[in-house]
Amino acid sequence: MMNSNAASSSTANPDAAGSPDPPAPRRSSKRPKYSKFTQQELPACKPILTPKWVILTFLVVGIAFVPIGITSLLASRDVVEIVDRYETDCIPVANRTDKVAFIQSNASKTCTRQITVTKHMKRPVYVYYQLDNFYQNHRRYVKSRNDEQLKKRSKTSETSQCEPEDTTPDGKPIVPCGLIAWSLFNDTYTFSRNKRQLTVNKNGIAWKSDRDHKFGKEVFPSNFQNGTLIGGAHLDESIPLSKQEDLIVWMRTAALPTFRKLYGKIEVDLEENDIIDVILENNYNTYSFSGKKKLVLSTTSWLGGKNDFLGIAYLTVGGLCFFLALSFTIVYLVKPRRLGDPSYLSWNRNPGGH
Amino acid sequence: MKRYIYINDDETSQDLYCANRLSNRKYTLMNFLPKNLWEQFSRFMNQYFLLIACLQLWSLITPVNPASTWGPLIFIFAVSATKEAWDDYNRYLSDKKANEKEVWVVKQGIKKLIQSQDIRVGNIVWLRENDEVPCDLVLIGTSDPQGVCYVETAALDGETDLKTRLIPAACMGMDFELLHKIKGVIECPGPDKDIRRFDGNLRLLPPFIDNDVCPLTIKNTILQSCYLRNTEWACGVAVYTGNETKLGMTRGIPEPKLTAVDAMIDKLTGAIFVFQIVVVIVLGTAGNVWKDTEARKQWYVLYPQEFPWYELLVIPLRFELLCSIMIPISIKVSLDLVKSLYAKFIDWDYEMIDPETDTPSHATNTAISEDLAQVEYILTDKTGTLTENRMIFRRCCIGGIFYGNETGDALKDVGLLNAITSGSPDVIRFLTVMAVCNTVIPAKSKAGAILYKAQSQDEEALVHAAAQLHMVLVNKNASILEIKFNGSVLQYEILETLEFTSDRKRMSVVVKDCHSGNISLLSKGADEAILPYAHAGQQTRTFVEAVEQYSQLGLRTLCLAWREVEEDEYQEWSLMFKEASSTLIDREWRIAEVCQRLEHDLKVLGVTAIEDRLQDGVPETIETLRKAGINFWMLTGDKQNTAIQIALSCNFISPEPKGQLLSIDGKTEDEVCRSLERVLLTMRITTSEPKDVAFVVDGWALEIALKHYRKAFTELAILSRTAICCRVTPSQKAQLVELLKSCDYRTLAIGDGGNDVRMIQKADIGVGISGREGLQAARAADYSIGKFRFLKRLILVHGRYSYNRTAFLSQYSFYKSLLICFIQIFFSFISGLSGTSLFNSVSLMAYNVFYTSIPVLVSTIDKDLSEGTVMQHPQILFYCQAGRLLNPSTFAGWFGRSLFHAIVAFVISIHVYAYEKSEMEEVSMVALSGCIWLQAFVVALETK
Repeated sequence: MMNSNAASSSTANPDAAGSPDPPAPRRSSKRPKYSKFTQQELPACKPILTPKWVILTFLVVGIAFVPIGITSLLASRDVVEIVDRYETDCIPVANRTDKVAFIQSNASKTCTRQITVTKHMKRPVYVYYQLDNFYQNHRRYVKSRNDEQLKKRSKTSETSQCEPEDTTPDGKPIVPCGLIAWSLFNDTYTFSRNKRQLTVNKNGIAWKSDRDHKFGKEVFPSNFQNGTLIGGAHLDESIPLSKQEDLIVWMRTAALPTFRKLYGKIEVDLEENDIIDVILENNYNTYSFSGKKKLVLSTTSWLGGKNDFLGIAYLTVGGLCFFLALSFTIVYLVKPRRLGDPSYLSWNRNPGGH
Repeated sequence: MKRYIYINDDETSQDLYCANRLSNRKYTLMNFLPKNLWEQFSRFMNQYFLLIACLQLWSLITPVNPASTWGPLIFIFAVSATKEAWDDYNRYLSDKKANEKEVWVVKQGIKKLIQSQDIRVGNIVWLRENDEVPCDLVLIGTSDPQGVCYVETAALDGETDLKTRLIPAACMGMDFELLHKIKGVIECPGPDKDIRRFDGNLRLLPPFIDNDVCPLTIKNTILQSCYLRNTEWACGVAVYTGNETKLGMTRGIPEPKLTAVDAMIDKLTGAIFVFQIVVVIVLGTAGNVWKDTEARKQWYVLYPQEFPWYELLVIPLRFELLCSIMIPISIKVSLDLVKSLYAKFIDWDYEMIDPETDTPSHATNTAISEDLAQVEYILTDKTGTLTENRMIFRRCCIGGIFYGNETGDALKDVGLLNAITSGSPDVIRFLTVMAVCNTVIPAKSKAGAILYKAQSQDEEALVHAAAQLHMVLVNKNASILEIKFNGSVLQYEILETLEFTSDRKRMSVVVKDCHSGNISLLSKGADEAILPYAHAGQQTRTFVEAVEQYSQLGLRTLCLAWREVEEDEYQEWSLMFKEASSTLIDREWRIAEVCQRLEHDLKVLGVTAIEDRLQDGVPETIETLRKAGINFWMLTGDKQNTAIQIALSCNFISPEPKGQLLSIDGKTEDEVCRSLERVLLTMRITTSEPKDVAFVVDGWALEIALKHYRKAFTELAILSRTAICCRVTPSQKAQLVELLKSCDYRTLAIGDGGNDVRMIQKADIGVGISGREGLQAARAADYSIGKFRFLKRLILVHGRYSYNRTAFLSQYSFYKSLLICFIQIFFSFISGLSGTSLFNSVSLMAYNVFYTSIPVLVSTIDKDLSEGTVMQHPQILFYCQAGRLLNPSTFAGWFGRSLFHAIVAFVISIHVYAYEKSEMEEVSMVALSGCIWLQAFVVALETK
């Protein structure tokens, strides 16, 4: 042993002195800097999912979710909603064989409906129209608009993306251009109770941000619905787009083929058993694609309109959590196992195989 | 292709060969953009993304703004291109530095200082001490009167010892002035990359008398990138220049290695691509049908009556674009990024710094960390890898007497010391062979101590031991060698050196005693290379026993022998040797044949036993990794017995009752075949028993087995968890790696020396030990570590974490893309199959770039289990080996998860604003935030 030391030291020592770049100063620089990150020693914590923890978590979630579910369900039940489907009833019986022809004709399409209020409705009562099987989200449709044109007067001639409703045949730009605006809904409703007219407030039915920022105050409709094909409603050319709230509402495209859009608000309470007469102009063509049309009167709760989904979802998840907590408890009580028992490791259960 | 080089001739060879201009650059300023783009686009993924991006320019079908694809695509391209450009610029700078270095070159008979890049083949280059050699030179003059100079070849082969280089005999004794005017022809082969070989001839032209052809070997050259040391000046003729030098030829970009994980990701990407095509075809067809039946009735969509020919394609292409996000564009970049981080973690690791030399571990290849966790076979070298490669002379047997058996150290054996003082001729001769028969260079340090520079650790150990036993090698001066023995100085003239080759397995020197004028041959070598050539009368039994005994102790043995040579015999042989040395074809073989003619009738003097200790922690490391399900093969050039002993001492194989060692041997095909079949039979029987069965095979039998019984041997390789292959050549090592790879095993080769380089390069993962045999292996390897025991940490900690993280990250990338894509697909069902995108371009970009790629980076520093746990239970690695975290079924799990999450998110988002009242933008925002929450939840859940 002594000899080996002597031998190695005799080589090592002069070696270091003799070689042109002694390794001593290089050593320190070769060693990387120490930090917790480089050594992968950053602090971390990891909860161990012991049975007790899991059961407790499920219980807490269940306890939190079930009341939320119940309250939102109650809120949703509070909302009074009256739906009146009218698209077939508003066609004279004689014309029902060919509804499309009727709707495209010039015949008078006025129609009266009677709605009975089933329950007391607190103001404001929202009036919606609901269309069915109408694909506002169709790719050709949803893109057929020009936001620049809607916003700025200077961009009037900006009609890209609007084909085929971009310009009139003689090349004048249509404002607002595009299929969405062109197909604006044009049924109208007038409500009366006991022969007394109920005013429908059509102000503030569109989003404020839309009115203020997306539709210009100086942009006026022009060349709209002047073509050979008439789509939907006409627009008053003296009112700027920001005031055309029906248009603004319509142009917020719906995500689903069944959609409801706000028509206006009735600012009085409606009593139970009130009979409301509706005079409606049934102008809009949903007959070619057999779409339904509905008139909806609805109140709101603190959660918004009628929507049972949230309540049911909360209740389901909460219930599921309770159920899991219960079954885990049973499993835990019936078949307890020690935490971190190495005999459960796969290589301990069947030696050799992996 | 032979080269004829006219020395110092400015006209003839000017333009024949390239100038000494180095160029490692891949690109030039002009071709960078096209070439780089071309390279990037040769990858399938990139072609796919480019196609998608181009399709998006067609506004009729694009669901989102083209910028959402072009942006990331250009970004990714820019990143790779910048990296390439930066690397190339650095290469350019280093080339420029080398090219513009000034060197002294003789031009038109005058020594001039010119730039290195202007050196031409045939020029005479002058170097001073500590100069770097600018190109491959044939030495023609040095400051040393004996014509010797010393070079450091560390940059070439990593060996740090100084090597002697000689000027050819023809140039011997030429003076300074004459060297300027020298004319001649060098005949040599065309450029190659063998740095250990140069077979040339030199013939000086008439004014310089000597008309003989003078042989040139690698000994007469100094190669590019070496340094001139301990020599005042040297000059040489440029033979290979520029990129044609030996170094330039060896340079080259190694083939990129593909990890199992990468291959799996590619496969899964392919599967997703197929899925995507199916979705596109189904939805596209359905969309077209819906358009024809339903959309015509939807007057407000205003479909034109007439449509162009491509109308049928529009909807499918729209869906293709909608679904293109299924394959995440960023996956390659983010994986590259985290992989280089893993590599950095290896470089930074404090626990993998060699405490002796303070060398940190280094990951040269940053792309294959996760493969470390999937290694199934480790092929390891023995010397220097398992052992320290620090040789210590322990025992010897001289003339039948064993020394050092009692004390365990022959140097302290009283018997031996007495024998020396009493001047026993056998012992003296034995020591003389130890001190003389080697290529060790003694050098005096400033302090006056003698230090030995040796290429072979064994030789160094022997010379040291001889010195301890009062036979001190003092000086070696070209051919004169001085030895101090008990105060008197003995001088020998070395007439010839018969070098060691791995085929001959012995080396000899022919020396002339300057005092008595007797010529003798001194040999040392492996037992089977010496004992058969013992002269007829000698009993070699005791030596065979000694070798046996020593190798059972795990010691390395060498036999020493000598014989007297008559003057005439030497003269005759010397001529043959000269002739053989100057042949250009098969020189090595010819020399070996000639050497054989002298090396016979040897008087065997004795056997030396050298100990090579095991490195610290080797048995533990092997045991731990064995528990982790990794199989070990030992491939060594050493003897069978030594190898088995080392294997036993480091837990490689178990001793008898528990383990069983089967050996495959035989000299002929039949014998090997029978032996192989026998072993195979035993192996098949014992696979069911919990017994460690290993097989041993030597190089010869292996050669036959690989050639003729490959199938049987392959089966054996699959059955056997442990194998010891002894006496194998570097190429056989590489062949074994190939064999295991062909059976679809992940292999890791670990070694430390030049003979391991091929196996390291062949294996899926090459690990080099930056040890005492130089840095050659460490340089060729993907990872270099200081000690064998770091392998445990490299595999269990770094490999495993990398694998887990990559597995998570890659599948997560697909998960988040699929999640958003499924929502798009669901939405298309309620939007009339027209290919409307629910999300706008900005949300999609933000989702991909911001929300999903940054939080997930946390996972790159995630540890699922602590390092200690993994080290304690190496079985955990089974999971990674079997690829349990990334395979089609886990991927299916992630796929299902994204489908489920997409359904949940979609249902909630369309119902949360009472179904009918949902607006596009609201739904899109709710769904997007749902996705963001869900994926964040997944990240939080999956990181531990």
